[in-house]
Amino acid sequence: MIEFRLDRGSGVATYLQLVQQVRHALRLGVLQPGDRLPTAKEVVARLAINPNTVLKAYRELEREGLVAGRPGLGTFVQRSLGQTSMDDRARLRAELVRWVRDGRQAGLTLEDLEALIASVLTDSFRQEIA
Amino acid sequence: MNALETTGLGMRHRRTWALRDCSVAVPAGRVAALVGPNGAGKTTLLRLAVGLLTPTTGQVRIFGRPARESGERTAFVAQNKPLYTGFRVSEMLRFGRGLNPRWDDAAARRRLTELGIPLDRRIGRLSGGQRTQVALTVALAKRPDLLMLDEPLADLDPLARDDVARGLMGAVAETGLTVLLSSHVVSELEGVCDWLVVVNGGRVQVSGDIDELMARHSLLTGPAETADALAARLPVVSRSGAGRQATLLVRDDAPPPDPRWSARPVTLEEMVLAYLRTPDAAALPRPALSPAH
Repeated sequence: MIEFRLDRGSGVATYLQLVQQVRHALRLGVLQPGDRLPTAKEVVARLAINPNTVLKAYRELEREGLVAGRPGLGTFVQRSLGQTSMDDRARLRAELVRWVRDGRQAGLTLEDLEALIASVLTDSFRQEIA
Repeated sequence: MNALETTGLGMRHRRTWALRDCSVAVPAGRVAALVGPNGAGKTTLLRLAVGLLTPTTGQVRIFGRPARESGERTAFVAQNKPLYTGFRVSEMLRFGRGLNPRWDDAAARRRLTELGIPLDRRIGRLSGGQRTQVALTVALAKRPDLLMLDEPLADLDPLARDDVARGLMGAVAETGLTVLLSSHVVSELEGVCDWLVVVNGGRVQVSGDIDELMARHSLLTGPAETADALAARLPVVSRSGAGRQATLLVRDDAPPPDPRWSARPVTLEEMVLAYLRTPDAAALPRPALSPAH
């Protein structure tokens, strides 16, 4: 069973924090198909968190096909989140290496590059959420 | 359906307005935070909503009915937790049972037992957290559809705050009741509330779903000399900065149009503080109210 945490003040919406924690657990194999997620009531008993938010997170996971609710029984994991293929990873890494080299030649420091990546990631995922 | 809906609500004490032209809605099933500086009108709004005060202007509707006719559907926990300190906990329950036709005595006793609060203890001998839990238990035993609490977490230590917040969230999970709680400590509301109402200087400044509000705002940082140009294109809530760097909190979720600017998500506290510092700014739903259902 997964135990949720809450990072208050992170700027990440609470339901998204829960969604991310489930996805993370699926990637690590901590949660596997057939496992039951805690009910809103169980989560609330441990963590001072709005039960509507827990349900909102579960709806989002359901929409992604990762979990399914069975009335009266609970919410169950449907499938695991496998790693992306090794080929994809290798290709993306090579592109990133090239991009970093370009950036350094253009005079950007480590922090410049980190800030750029962070801002692109933020923008990209915010558009996805919206 | 809105659990609470106020239209043009105003309350004048002699010559000063404690609350003015307040139109706000809290949809049923929400846990709403009523936030604002001290003296902003939060307590007045709550007391009008429970029907303890009669408005000078405007009206309050509870699940579509006038507040005065809705006493059985609402419960209120005042800031000073008005319990009789000489009473034993069990006497408090008997008192509540006599006053409220919908009273659920079994649930109240079960709740107190689970919390480890002895029924024969005098209220005056309980800790602050336990006293809040008793007040909350009494309010919940009325089986309200809308529970309003005035600063329920103030003057509690961190452990008691967590206990009370979990107790409240547990009640929401069990019954689906609507909650409206006031607070001036914004950081502790994150994760607890899903609806936000900001009152400032007697007026409503922000009202809406917290996730949506946070997704619609961002914090932009960039070179100060371009701040004016950017500010002219985006709805800026607040602006700060020193020297060459400027920071704008904007009501906009698109990436900044100027690549020299970087964006990051706002926290609930940053967003609320930005509005409180800029009393003229407002984030209200376009039609502030839906017609009565």
